[in-house]
Amino acid sequence: MHAIALDSKYGVPTVAIHTNAFEKAVQSVTRMHGMPEARYTFVPQPVMGKTVEQLRAYVEGKSPISGRPVMQEVIEGLTRPAEGDRIKEIKFERSTPRLVDSDTDENLQRLFLENNWTDKLPIVLPTERKVREMLAHTSRKPDEVAGHMRSNQFRQYWEFTVEKVAVNAVMAGARPEYFPLILALASSGVSARGSTTSSMAAMVVVNGPIRNEIGMNSGTGAMAPYNHANATIGRAYGLLSQNLQGGSLPGDSYMGSQGNGYAYGTVTFAENEERSPWAPFHVQHGFKPADSTLSIFTGCRSTAFTLGVREKYWREHVRNMLRGMDAHSAPTFLLDPIAARQYIDRGGFDTKEKMIEWVYENALMPAGEYWDYQLIQNYIYPRATFGEEPYASKLKAAPDEMIKMFKLDEIHVVVVGGETNGYWRIMGCNYQKTVSVDEWR
Amino acid sequence: MADGINETDKISVLNPVGFPPKITPKPMAPRLESLDGKTLYLVDPRFDDSGLFLRQVQDWFADHMPSVTIKLVEMSSVYTKDDPKTWEMIKANGDGAIIGVGH
Repeated sequence: MHAIALDSKYGVPTVAIHTNAFEKAVQSVTRMHGMPEARYTFVPQPVMGKTVEQLRAYVEGKSPISGRPVMQEVIEGLTRPAEGDRIKEIKFERSTPRLVDSDTDENLQRLFLENNWTDKLPIVLPTERKVREMLAHTSRKPDEVAGHMRSNQFRQYWEFTVEKVAVNAVMAGARPEYFPLILALASSGVSARGSTTSSMAAMVVVNGPIRNEIGMNSGTGAMAPYNHANATIGRAYGLLSQNLQGGSLPGDSYMGSQGNGYAYGTVTFAENEERSPWAPFHVQHGFKPADSTLSIFTGCRSTAFTLGVREKYWREHVRNMLRGMDAHSAPTFLLDPIAARQYIDRGGFDTKEKMIEWVYENALMPAGEYWDYQLIQNYIYPRATFGEEPYASKLKAAPDEMIKMFKLDEIHVVVVGGETNGYWRIMGCNYQKTVSVDEWR
Repeated sequence: MADGINETDKISVLNPVGFPPKITPKPMAPRLESLDGKTLYLVDPRFDDSGLFLRQVQDWFADHMPSVTIKLVEMSSVYTKDDPKTWEMIKANGDGAIIGVGH
C-alpha cells in the first residue's frame, strides 16, 4: 500500500517485498487501488525470528511464487517499464445486481455457500418478502446509503444501502424488530471481519431500553449461545461485515493465521444494568440511561478468567491475570454482578472509574519484557521512538523497571451474567465506539 | 421450503454483497534506465523484524552492485500510518525505493 503511494503519488519507482503468504492479498490490494502493475516480489514466510544467515538466504534465493531470483525481480521492478497486461484486469465500473438468479432453495443455499457469502452455516434465504418485513422495522428508506466498510486500512471502502443490510440480517435469522440495532452496527463502519494476521473478533455490548424491548439476554448464559437476539444480531454483524466490505476470504481478504471462534457469533450481549452496582457502559460514554446504544470492541482474542475476588490475595490474582494478557490488547473486565459487588467489598470501588484506575496502576511489567513483545515491537515501539507519549517516557525506563502495560482510557468494565456464581473474565480487546440505536429505528 | 414454496420451485432472493468502490487507475513512476550510480532507499515498515531483513538487502547491494548508494530508513511510526514526510524525503533525495517486508 505504501509502495503504491510512493510510486504513483510521489513518482518514485518502488518495489515492495512481501512474504508468500500474502500473494493473493497483494494482488487484490494492488488491483483495487488501481495499480495492478505495481512491482513486487516475494520471500518465504516468515521473516520474524529468522537468523541473519537465513534472511540472507532469502535475499540470495528465489521467489517462492515465481521461482525467479528475488533480487532480479527487485532490480527489474525498478528498471523495466510496466507491460500493461494486468491493467486489463481492472473493472472500472462495477455494480452488484439486486437479485440473484432464481433457483431452488437447495441450489441457492449452495450458491451462497460457494460464493463465500455465509459463515459456512446454513442461512435463511433473503426473499423479497423477508427483506421487506425486515425493512418495515426502520423509518429509513431501502435505497438510503447506510454506511461504508472495509476489512483493514489497506483496503478501500465499499458502500451499502439499508436494503443490503436487511438482506444480511435476514440471512442471519434475525427478527425484524432487531433491525435498528443491526443497522446501527453496519453504519458504525467498524468491521467484525477485520483482516489481521492476528485473527481478531469483535464484541458488542448493548445498553438501554432496546435490550428488554427485543428480549436480549444480560443474565445467565448471556455471552452465548442461549438467546435468539444475542445470537442472530451477532451473526448478522459478521455476515454484513464480510458481504458489505467486499469479502472475507482466507488468503485474499482475510489473513487471520488461526481464525477465531468468537467470530461466529461476534460476542454480543446486553449489559446487566438492572443488577449492576455501577453506571451503565453507555452512560459512562456520554449517553443518557434512556438512550439505546451499542458499543463495539475489536481485537478480541485473549481471555483470562477466574472465580470470585478473594479477601487475602485478590490484588495478586488480578495482577497475575493482567500480566498473562497480551500486552498489546487492553483489558475489558466482564464481571458477573456477584463479582462486581465483590470488587466493591474488597477494593472499595464504588464506581467503575475507581476500579479502572486501580487496574491502570497495577497492570505492570518490567520494561525489558514489555518492549520485547513482538506486538509491542510492531505497533508501540515505532511510536515511542518518534516521541509519542506515554510510550516515549516508558522507553526511557531501565529494563528491570516496572512500567504500566496499558493506558487509562483503554481499560473498561462491563457487568454481565446471571449470578449463578461470581465468575468474571478479562477480554483483551480495543474499544472502538458507542453508537445510537435510536437513530436507526 | 422457503416462503411456502415447494422444494423444486425456483425462488427469487436478493444479493447480499455491497457496492465496490470505483477503481481509478493510478500512474506508475517512470522506471530507471539503470541503477548504476543511483541512490535507493530501503524503507523499513518496522513490522516483524523487517529491519533485519532489509540489512541483508543492503549487504547484497554492497556485494553485488557497489555503485548503488543504499540508504536504510525506518518509517516514522507504525506501518499502518501514512508517512508523507518520509516519502517527500525519498522523492527529494532518492532515485528509487524498496519497501519490505510487507505493506
